[in-house]
Amino acid sequence: MNAEQIYARLEHPFRPWLVGCDFAAIDPWIEVKPDGLADVARYLREQPDLWFDMLHCITAVDYFEPDEKKAAQVEWQPHIELLYHLSSLRHRHRLVLKTSLPRWLDDQPGRLPEAPSVSRIWSTAEWHEREVFDLSGVKFLDHPDLRRILCPEDWPGHPLRKDFVMPPDYHGVPTR
Amino acid sequence: MSNARMPSDSVEFDVHTDEMLINMGPQHPSTHGVLRLVLRTDGEVVTEATPHIGYLHRSAEKIAEKLSPRQFLPYTDRLDYLAAMNMNLGWALCVEKLLGHQVSEKTRHLRVIVCELGRIANHLVAASSSGLDLGSFTPFLWTFREREKIVNLFEEICGARLTYSYITVGGVTADAPTGWLKRCEEFLDQFVPVIDDLHALLTNNAIFVHRMVNVGVMPPEMAVDYGCTGPVLRGSGVDWDLRRDGEPIYTDMYAGYTWNVIAPINGRYPTDHPCPPVPFDAVVGDSWHRYFVRMLEVVQSIDIIRQAIAGYSQAGGEVDRPMAIKQKLPKGTAYLETEAPKGQMGFMIVADGTPIPWRVRIRSSSFSNLSIVPELCRGVMLADVPAILASLDFVLGEIDR
Amino acid sequence: MTELLTYLPIPVWIAYTIAAVVQCVLCLVVALCAAAVFIWLERKVSARMQDRLGPTRVGGRFGWLQPPADGFKLLCKEDIIPTNADAPLFRIAPYISFCATFCTFLALPFANGWVALELNVGAFFILAVAGLEVFGVVLGGYSSGSKWSLYGAMREAAQMVSYEIPLALCVVVPVLIAGTMDLVEIGNRQAGWFWHWNILHDPFTFVTFWIYIACAVASTNRAPFDLPEAESELVAGFLTEYSGWRWVVFFMGEYSAMFMVSGLGVALFLGGWHGPIPVIAWLEGLCPGNPAVIQWIGNLFGLTNFVVKTVLGVTFMITLRWSLPRLRVDQVMTTCLKYCVPLGSAMLAGVMLWTYFFPGGLIFR
Repeated sequence: MNAEQIYARLEHPFRPWLVGCDFAAIDPWIEVKPDGLADVARYLREQPDLWFDMLHCITAVDYFEPDEKKAAQVEWQPHIELLYHLSSLRHRHRLVLKTSLPRWLDDQPGRLPEAPSVSRIWSTAEWHEREVFDLSGVKFLDHPDLRRILCPEDWPGHPLRKDFVMPPDYHGVPTR
Repeated sequence: MSNARMPSDSVEFDVHTDEMLINMGPQHPSTHGVLRLVLRTDGEVVTEATPHIGYLHRSAEKIAEKLSPRQFLPYTDRLDYLAAMNMNLGWALCVEKLLGHQVSEKTRHLRVIVCELGRIANHLVAASSSGLDLGSFTPFLWTFREREKIVNLFEEICGARLTYSYITVGGVTADAPTGWLKRCEEFLDQFVPVIDDLHALLTNNAIFVHRMVNVGVMPPEMAVDYGCTGPVLRGSGVDWDLRRDGEPIYTDMYAGYTWNVIAPINGRYPTDHPCPPVPFDAVVGDSWHRYFVRMLEVVQSIDIIRQAIAGYSQAGGEVDRPMAIKQKLPKGTAYLETEAPKGQMGFMIVADGTPIPWRVRIRSSSFSNLSIVPELCRGVMLADVPAILASLDFVLGEIDR
Repeated sequence: MTELLTYLPIPVWIAYTIAAVVQCVLCLVVALCAAAVFIWLERKVSARMQDRLGPTRVGGRFGWLQPPADGFKLLCKEDIIPTNADAPLFRIAPYISFCATFCTFLALPFANGWVALELNVGAFFILAVAGLEVFGVVLGGYSSGSKWSLYGAMREAAQMVSYEIPLALCVVVPVLIAGTMDLVEIGNRQAGWFWHWNILHDPFTFVTFWIYIACAVASTNRAPFDLPEAESELVAGFLTEYSGWRWVVFFMGEYSAMFMVSGLGVALFLGGWHGPIPVIAWLEGLCPGNPAVIQWIGNLFGLTNFVVKTVLGVTFMITLRWSLPRLRVDQVMTTCLKYCVPLGSAMLAGVMLWTYFFPGGLIFR
């Protein structure tokens, strides 16, 4: 099944959740609303003709330009994009599932945006979501064990955010 | 009175001792680097294992946001430093996918040669460190002797012995020197009998078999659920290898070669070469099968290299040179996974039209393979933990990035 | 020697004391030299097995002086006692371990009558004293204040206690054949050609010998039974917190224990100081009247013979260590309780019957 067919397959049960798609992109993607993410993911995983049993990777891309001069030129609004790279070993098809989150919950800096966890659908998501939480600052609701995974537990901030500033020292150890 | 049960009558069948929390790593000899496992043990039985990673975290993804793809290439060497060639390939192909670049026939064969040599080098370390973690030291040094020869070949072709940066975006840094292919073939010829030595010392060794068989059994569904890839997935009997099932840009590299995906299908391995029999009590998905898949893949890689050498010798023209350091990247996103020795190594590049990527994502195979450890290490003996870890074959440079 | 001294015009008790001191020092020298030589041998053999060279610099081309150099280096190291450790026990543990091994040398005959203490219960004495080694290891592991060390100690305790049983069963077999526990006597019973050795006495002793090897390796904590110090599982087991001199003492204990179990095996099964060819008997035959000089020369031959056989035994153990992976703890126990003990018992019964029906051993004897 190619992405177009998958989209057609999803359109009927999830029309309100689907917000965009691009089948001509290098990796065809389908974008869903964050609220519908878990349902769509479960559907993709469990329908026998879709059967996306392998979640390769969860990526968070921070769209934010700290430089104000450049920020005026970019065509997007600041947001965080989550990408789920899925494939099916049985049917040998691939799909990129996207969802868009605000950079901060309710536009209040410091409050992490929230997305539903898919760790109950693919166990591998547990660690990948922890990594996204750690490095990009996205909170996954209903995650069994949302802790930092790569950075120390008391690390300030989320390093892969574009506005992350390296602290000058960490527990008295100079960082540069 | 006779019916009264005295307290001493009750026999406790299920004897438990006090649970002990024990810290395995980050400086433990068999955690393959700086992995830390917190084990909850009941005597010799591990009831819970919690991995803690991040001791080698360098935020390679953040570094990549400041460098052009070719400048980032040396950083990919540091991901899986035991198979740096394959890391280079993953990144180079990912960027080439974004650029829509197709390398020449000669480059393709040369890339296959070095990647499969890298796979042999990696699997040698992986297989023998399984032995090392079970207390058998000798095969480890035997395989390092062979690995040394591969490293010498690599040194000849690119000047480095560990961090090659050889396969770059657009091509390779230099063509193979004269006589290199012949030395490659000489290496393969003398290496084939060594595999039998390893089989004699490890694969057929009764103690080794007893330590690996039925330990850390991973059913195929569980392996896929946890995103395990590479020999770990194939050891569970899943017939899946990106060299055959991957995206066209990667499978084209292997087009024209005859080879099999090494995975136990119905208890049999699809290999034409003589190899030791599968132990009768081995369960598909246990540590022994993961080890054995690697050993067979080494033989498989030798075949592929021989074909690639033939292909390279026949191909005309020049090998491709790397692209310009500051070449502009087209706007777009490309994600590509390649079959690295340890599993599927994924790179994603988000480009915004400048030479510097907006975002780079590294999907590490070891990261997913390691995430299954709490599941596998529940209820095993303490001595099985190194066996399971060794059979997963991870490198912390790749996990922590 | 004691007799020699009693001829001198000194009180008897002084003579005995001098004799005791001299013999103890001799045994100590043997134990220490054995440890040093075996450490060198282990490094060389393992190196050659692994395509390496091993020590090449210290003391000439073959690195003869590597063990003393290592010992000197370790002697100079800082003496570290962990904060959590139980200091007195931690300090004393290596010496307990070493003393136990060393004491066994007192009853080990190197040639006919060349034994520090000719006991009529020599075999029993060696088994009993060698079993004390476990105290040192358990104390060391327990007092280190480290969980890994504790694991090592617990494994050692379990393993030693279990393997004493089959080991004793194996030792009983030659005792049964000779009808005595005196090791010198057992050795002399095997005089002559190599088919007079106990190992070829009958099929049961042949099997017993291999059980003995397995149990002996296990009782010295050598691979594939090196669970107490399994370095890839328990970091270094009971040795984790030890460094410097105390670590050396533990190691000397381990290597002299290898010599001891190998020597005991040689004395019990491989004819002791009697060679494959009865050279000593020929010498005695050459000089009727059996003068003391001939006895001495014969004993020198015997000593060489004994040492060569023992070193071969140790080399076998070294080769074993560098070829085999380690057993898991439950497999070690299974090997002992399910295989070694029943087999050992069966062999004992078999030898009993055999000696009853064929007191001369094999037919061609």
